[in-house]
Parts: sequence; C-alpha cells; structure tokens
Amino acid sequence: MASVDLIGIGKKFGATDVLRDVTLRVADGEFLAILGASGCGKSTLLRILAGLEGTDQGEVRLGGIEVGHLRPKARDLAMVFQSYALYPYMTVGQNIALPLEMRRLSAWQRLPLLGRLMPGTRAARENIAEDVASVAGPLQLGALLGRKPAQLSGGQRQRVALARAMVRQPAAFLMDEPLSNLDAKLRIEARAEIVALQRRLGATILYVTHDQEEAMAMADRVAVMQGGRVLQVAAPQSLYDDPVSLDVARFVGSPPMNVFPVRLHSSGAVEALGTALPFHATGTAREGIVMGVRPEALRPAEQGIAVTLARIERLGGEALLYCTAPGLAQPLVAQVEAGEANDHAIGAPLRLMPRRALLFDGDGKRMVCRAGSVGAMALASAHG
Amino acid sequence: MVDRLGPLFRHAVLLLGAAVMLAPFVLMLSLSVKPAAEIFAPQFRLLPEQWSAWENYSAAFTKVPLARFLMNGFIVTFCIFAAQAVTALPMAYALAKLRWRGRDTVFGLVLLALLVPPQVPAIPLYIGLWQLGLLDTYAAIILPSTVSVFGIFLMRQFFRTVPNDLIAAARMDGLSELGIVWRIMLPTAAPALAAFGCLSFIWNWNEFFWPYIAVQSEHLMTPPLGIAFFSDTESGTSWGPLMAAATVTTAPLALAFLLAQRAFVRGVTMSGVK
Repeated sequence: MASVDLIGIGKKFGATDVLRDVTLRVADGEFLAILGASGCGKSTLLRILAGLEGTDQGEVRLGGIEVGHLRPKARDLAMVFQSYALYPYMTVGQNIALPLEMRRLSAWQRLPLLGRLMPGTRAARENIAEDVASVAGPLQLGALLGRKPAQLSGGQRQRVALARAMVRQPAAFLMDEPLSNLDAKLRIEARAEIVALQRRLGATILYVTHDQEEAMAMADRVAVMQGGRVLQVAAPQSLYDDPVSLDVARFVGSPPMNVFPVRLHSSGAVEALGTALPFHATGTAREGIVMGVRPEALRPAEQGIAVTLARIERLGGEALLYCTAPGLAQPLVAQVEAGEANDHAIGAPLRLMPRRALLFDGDGKRMVCRAGSVGAMALASAHG
Repeated sequence: MVDRLGPLFRHAVLLLGAAVMLAPFVLMLSLSVKPAAEIFAPQFRLLPEQWSAWENYSAAFTKVPLARFLMNGFIVTFCIFAAQAVTALPMAYALAKLRWRGRDTVFGLVLLALLVPPQVPAIPLYIGLWQLGLLDTYAAIILPSTVSVFGIFLMRQFFRTVPNDLIAAARMDGLSELGIVWRIMLPTAAPALAAFGCLSFIWNWNEFFWPYIAVQSEHLMTPPLGIAFFSDTESGTSWGPLMAAATVTTAPLALAFLLAQRAFVRGVTMSGVK
C-alpha cells in the first residue's frame, strides 16, 4: 500500500475546464471519499490517477514517486468500476486471474496451447490459482469460479470486481461508484464489507461517489467536489458540523440543511422572518446573508420562527415536519421523534427554534456565528 | 377481414419472392440429374424420366479438376478471411475506441472506400502484381482482398457498443492495446465476426472478375473460373455435368450460411441497432 498525492491537477476537455487546480493528499492506508454531483470531475480525477486519462497540469505521485508518465499497467493501481467491467466471455476465475497472468507469465507462456509447454508455466499457473482461491474464499466466490459473469447476481458481480482488484495487492484501490448498481439493502451490506476489507488490508482507497450518505458512512475523510474544484476535505463529522461554504453544507446531510434568509443587525443580532434568534454574528457583511440549520437542530418551541405545519413525513423512528411561512421560498424541515409528531396537527401554527445554526454571507462563505444569550435576543427584539 | 387479408397478402408476396429467387437453383438441381436428351426435351419436367445423376456428377469431377477448383476456393477464401480479420479487428478498434488526431477523417476515408467499385483499382493492382512477379499465383488472388473496408466498418460499428470501462479495466490489468483487441474485443465481437466471415466467404467464393484477371493456370482456378472454363471447353454440349459442377460449387455456400445463420443474424442486428 502507498500514499497517493494529486498536486495541482488541471484538465480540459476542449474548451471546458473539467478539473481546476485539484490537490488531494491521501495517506497510506487512508480511505478517502470523493463526493460530488455527476459532472463535477470526480471520475475524471480517478481516471487521471489511474493513468487512463492524461493531465494538462499538475503531478500525480504514488508513494511519493511521480508517476504521471507511466502507463496504467505500470502504476500498480486497481480499479473497481461502476459497471464492474467484468470480461463477459471469461469465467469468474479467469476474470480474477487475468491481472496475475499479465504480470507473472511471459507472452509466450500466455499462448493458448503452446504456453503450457513452456518451462515454468505450470508452476506459475498453480501459484495463480492458489492466489485466486485465497481471494475468492473470503468473498464467498469459491463456488462460483466456473461461472460466467452473466450468470451472477449484481452483488456477486460486485464481489468479483472487488476480488479482481484485490488479487494483485495493488498500491491503492480506486473505486468509481462501485455500489450504485446494487439495491438498497445489498448496498448497506457491501459498504460494511468494503470498510472491513480496508481495515484488514490496511488499504489506501480513493472512493468516488455521488451518495453523501455512503461517503460519510465509509470514509476516513471526504473531499467534496463541485465544478472541477475541491471545496473541502475533512472528516465526515467535521464536514457535517463545520462546512466551509453553503455548497458543502447543502451537499452533506439528508434531509438537506434548511437554508433561509436572515437580517443581521449592526450589533450582530440575527433575525429571521421578524423573529429574533439567539445567535450573534461577527463580520461586516450585511447583504444576502442566509442561515443554515440542520433538520435535527430545528425544534418546535415556545418562541421562534412562526410557521404553519404543512405536512408530516414519517420515517419510522423519526418524523419530518414540513413547515411553510410567507416569505420562505422552501419549507423548513424539522426532524423530531416519531411520537413527538403526534402533538402537532397539520395546518396548525407552530414556532420553530434553531438550536445550532451556521451563517453564510452573500458569496456562500461561512461567517462566524455564536450562540447568543437571551439578553442579546431581547436587545435584538427591541431594535427590531 | 382486413386483419386476415393483411398477413395473407404479405406471405403471398414473400412466397412469390422466394419462388423467383429459388427457381434458378431448382432448375440447376433438376438439370444436374437429367441426361442430355431430356435437357432439351420440348416439355419441362422437374424430375427426369431416366436418372443420370451419377453420370453428370462423375463427369463434373473427371472432365475438369473440380476437386482442385474447390480446394483452391477454400484456400483462397480462408486466407482472405484470415487476413481480413487480422487487419480489420485492430483497425476497427483504433477507429472505435482510441482517440487520435485525424480519426474522423480516416473513418471518412473508410466510408469513401466502400463506394469504390472493385473494378476501379484492377489495372493498377494488376501492374503492381506483375512488377512483383506474383501474377498467376495464389497470392495474386489473395493480396488485393486482404483489407476489407466493409469488415473495418462492420467491426467498428460493433466495437462502439463495447463499454469503455471494459477497455479501461483491461488496460489496468496490464493488457497491451493489441492484447485488448484479441483477448477482450474479439470474443465479445464473435457474432459480428461470424457474420462478416459469412459475407466474406460468399463474396470471395463467388468472385469471378479478379481471379479471371489474376490467374491463367488451370491448377490455380477458383470454382467460378473453373465452371467458366468448363463451359468453354465443352462449348455447351454437356449441360448436365455443368449444372452438376455448379451444384457442387454452390453447396459450401448454402452450408456455410445455414451453419452461421443464427450468428449472422445476431451479428448484423447487433451492429446495426445498438
């Protein structure tokens, strides 16, 4: 296993900038998720790292060594594709063995019939078969080695793709949305499998996904990408609690963060829809300021933003309260315990109070915002 | 009523078409088992009154070296197809899956070459082969057909349907570009290649024009040439053996098509639709 460094990567397709000055450093044995909507350049970044795509700028380093000039074969990386990319006319065993054959057998030894007569072929082939079996066993593929990919279920194909990547013990794994073709239940199982595997092998993994939940659940760190740039790289929890910008805040978390416009008084007091909120902002920006509140941090309370309960969405353990108010473009969503939702009636007025909140300026950048005192609130209401 | 008449009419038209297509073959089969006297009898009968199949077919094989012609036909068509596959597969792969400057222009040229009738380059080819001293050899028949633009076009269309991820995976697993062609693309494209093989075999087996120009020696003649040679030397006096020879010559084609029919239809529809 090795560390992976992408330094100042730039890439254009024609006149479009697909990647702009992307720098990512992945430590040896780290699981980094690259999170972004489709078209943000995350897959291109992975293909550049793999050597399948060239760069216009920047450096690619593996274990500290520049590999930008090397062909994919020479980089010692393994990739798991979204489509799994299994060779349809080879059996599972042949699929998994191919990367080893290409490395351990000479061109002569690989010849269909003649190869068997070459010295050393037999021993090498037996070695390969052993390695294939040792990888296939833990992934429950032992009984399937003679099947063709078309005869396998989605989950089995995914495991074959994983086995083919693991078998040659690469310097790092690149995974391009490897779970997005599985159904919801299998996806959760496969998630745990991959994480367990990564811990066991101490593998360096770059994992591309558009599913924020997947990225948060699996990775040591998450890099959020948008428009060919990396917006933030951080551990999942700090990405959630402490996003650098509105874009990151909106991308992470489900249901998404509530975002609504607020007024800032010169004192730093914060007011939303005519209601003073117990927060205190510092900074000079006064225009286009919005507040972001996670659904679980927005609570029904005695005092707070006056809204009307429009809809209740029950998720089993919790319930989501969708609340509207004049002056709000989108409903505010509050997440409460399932039992608590029974206290509220649809169409009834309700007051919502944020417990934690983030403030963003007109450019979507984070502003400093501290929880204020009741005194500050009173002062703000007096001003208001 | 209309619902019933529609399919009935369609089938009637198809049957009529099939009858028109098959008539010469039926006639050929019929004549090949008749004695000379019956062939020019005033009344046409499908089956002869007096069978002379043995006489006609043995005459076909003894009066001219028909077996030799058939063998020549197999040698030539096999070599041509092998050469066409070896050239068309990498070219089609390069046109379908590799990115390089001028690719679209080259593909345009391939399409353009499809429009050139084979008679156009015949004289330059003849002169070239003469300068190489290769006229009147197998090579003279085979060499001009080693690159098939149709084959390149057909395989290129098929290769475009192969997912790019598969090629990326093969590159990462350590296959060279040619390795990808033989180990990944070729097995995936087997139905298309079978279809192309079928067409290539039919064309080159039936080809008369170029072998007629390229070879003069009897021992190098392909079946169509041999049959023409047959009718020349016998000047129409023995239609029975001639038709017997024609039947023997046509049989491999019918057999090849029947064997490859499923792959052929699959190959053509796959490359066309997807």
